[in-house]
Amino acid sequence: MTTYKRKPTKGELRSQRLEEVVMYPIDWLEERSGLIGGLRYFLFRKVPGDVNWMQTLGSAALTAFLVQAITGVILAMYYTPSAATDPHTGQPVAWLSIVNITDHLTMGWLVRGMHRWGASVFIILMFLHMARVFLFGAYKYPRELNWIVGVLILVMGMMEGFTGYLLPWDQTSYWATVVGINLNGTAPILGPWLAQFLRSGQEISGETLTRFYSLHMLVIPGGIIALITLHLYLVIRLGVTSPPWSKEAAGMEPSEDGHAPLRPGLTQPVPRGISPQGEPGGSE
Amino acid sequence: MEPEQPSPDTEQESLHEEAHLPPPTFWPIGFAIGIVLILVGLIVNPELISSIGAVVAIVFGFLWFRDATRELRGEPVVVEPERREMKPTGEGTAAPAGSAPAAVEETAVTRSRFLEGATLGLGGLIGGLITIPVAGFAILPGFLNQKVHKVDLGPITGFPVGQWFIATFITDPVEGEISRRTAFIRNNGVVTNPNTKPSPSFTIISNRCAHLGCPVQANGPQGSILGKPTRHEHTLNGPLRLIPAIPAGYGCPCHGGQYDTEGNRTAGPPVRALDRYEFEINHGRLVLLSTYSVSHVVGTGGQAQIYKYKQYGPGQHVDGPEAWFYPLSPPMHG
Repeated sequence: MTTYKRKPTKGELRSQRLEEVVMYPIDWLEERSGLIGGLRYFLFRKVPGDVNWMQTLGSAALTAFLVQAITGVILAMYYTPSAATDPHTGQPVAWLSIVNITDHLTMGWLVRGMHRWGASVFIILMFLHMARVFLFGAYKYPRELNWIVGVLILVMGMMEGFTGYLLPWDQTSYWATVVGINLNGTAPILGPWLAQFLRSGQEISGETLTRFYSLHMLVIPGGIIALITLHLYLVIRLGVTSPPWSKEAAGMEPSEDGHAPLRPGLTQPVPRGISPQGEPGGSE
Repeated sequence: MEPEQPSPDTEQESLHEEAHLPPPTFWPIGFAIGIVLILVGLIVNPELISSIGAVVAIVFGFLWFRDATRELRGEPVVVEPERREMKPTGEGTAAPAGSAPAAVEETAVTRSRFLEGATLGLGGLIGGLITIPVAGFAILPGFLNQKVHKVDLGPITGFPVGQWFIATFITDPVEGEISRRTAFIRNNGVVTNPNTKPSPSFTIISNRCAHLGCPVQANGPQGSILGKPTRHEHTLNGPLRLIPAIPAGYGCPCHGGQYDTEGNRTAGPPVRALDRYEFEINHGRLVLLSTYSVSHVVGTGGQAQIYKYKQYGPGQHVDGPEAWFYPLSPPMHG
């Protein structure tokens, strides 16, 4: 607490009071869980000084996933995964609920549009992020495992696309799913079994729709969330890589936290009697 | 030294004092059984069983109380000393006497190791007991008890000899619209075969493409352009639509697979001929049964020689070396 040499004014007292009120719950939580410190460590950890905008593609993909998760949860409040025929209109119930979301419910068109187009944004951002990691060589030791985890997230993202495509239950989604499942069915040996598992029987039926719905909104997102958690843990543990053109990473320039250049000889003559410091990365 | 300040020695003493817990007894178990008897008796027979339970609970409760308060009442506490059996030390190792307990720990299953194993083992067992039925429920219903649906297509007199029809029907009235299927049907007339008695013959080709399962279409005029009306009927399975057609073959809209009128592949990506329906004639009515796969057909109509296989999924080879990729098909049509 700040100590004043003079008597504090009313304004100072008030702001002091306010600070206490704000800090009390934060301190309470920190003392009992350490979560605030953990969050602070995550948000304010050190990254190389010469990172650039390309390195935000990962968090952009994460944001796209969160948009999918939130809009998906809301859409699930209005969508009905039923292949039954509505007796009044003669149309399938699932398709009618999509029509209702799109045409009748307030802002339904917007949230469904966010989910539908956001799906493509998510996949595209994952590919761009992957390209950045590849071109920067950020998949190399010790980050190979994180590359593998990232590939699994990409595969599960595509499974989300495949299972989500059936849900509008119109001609396009039905026949796309017929072809997609049969394509899986042509895989050697286990293909026919995989196809029959996805179909939940010999033919596409109402059970296929409910199965795809369950996979789309529960099973696969759960897997993606677990993998993203692992992915982020590895990012925090292993740190962010510098771009390949980084002079700092090559040891030619002093780093931001005041370390002397590791290889001064590359840019200037080494003064006699001074050897490069034994820093990690300085292999000379 | 001030008397209030406990010396390290007296502190040690008091710790020892606290460690004097009563030895384990069986009395609480009997007490618990008595309580259970009271509660069960309240439902089953309050007078008899509850009274027995009350007696059991009181007796064991008294014994337990006496046992637990023995130390307070000044009776000596008898605790058996903990013992470890001395293992004979191995030959040649003239180990000092002090290292004997270490040797025991190396060989015996320690308490912590046992608890570790028990926790993992029990956890695995419980996990398995939960996972196996759940995984079975997720997977097996799609494979077991697959039903054959009989589809009633009306009297065979509705199918003039030599006329193709594009028949659209519901295979499972419970499933409804989603089980709507299409077949190309031609009555081949009565066929006489040297081995069997004369019987009606039908060519019934499924419209599911043998490439990836898209709906193949009849290539040729159909319906009103032929001056023949499309027939809408209602059978046991629900609405039935029969469109007269003169197909020159069948073509798939998805990836361009082409077939002749017998369903043989003539062009494009399909791996075999179109599937066909088994059928029976029941009280003069044409009834479709399950489908089967066909590699190719030689000849036409009633004289056709059909190379028949059990039902495979679209895109799966039924003959040739490529069929080796599909040695085990999931059970179909029960």
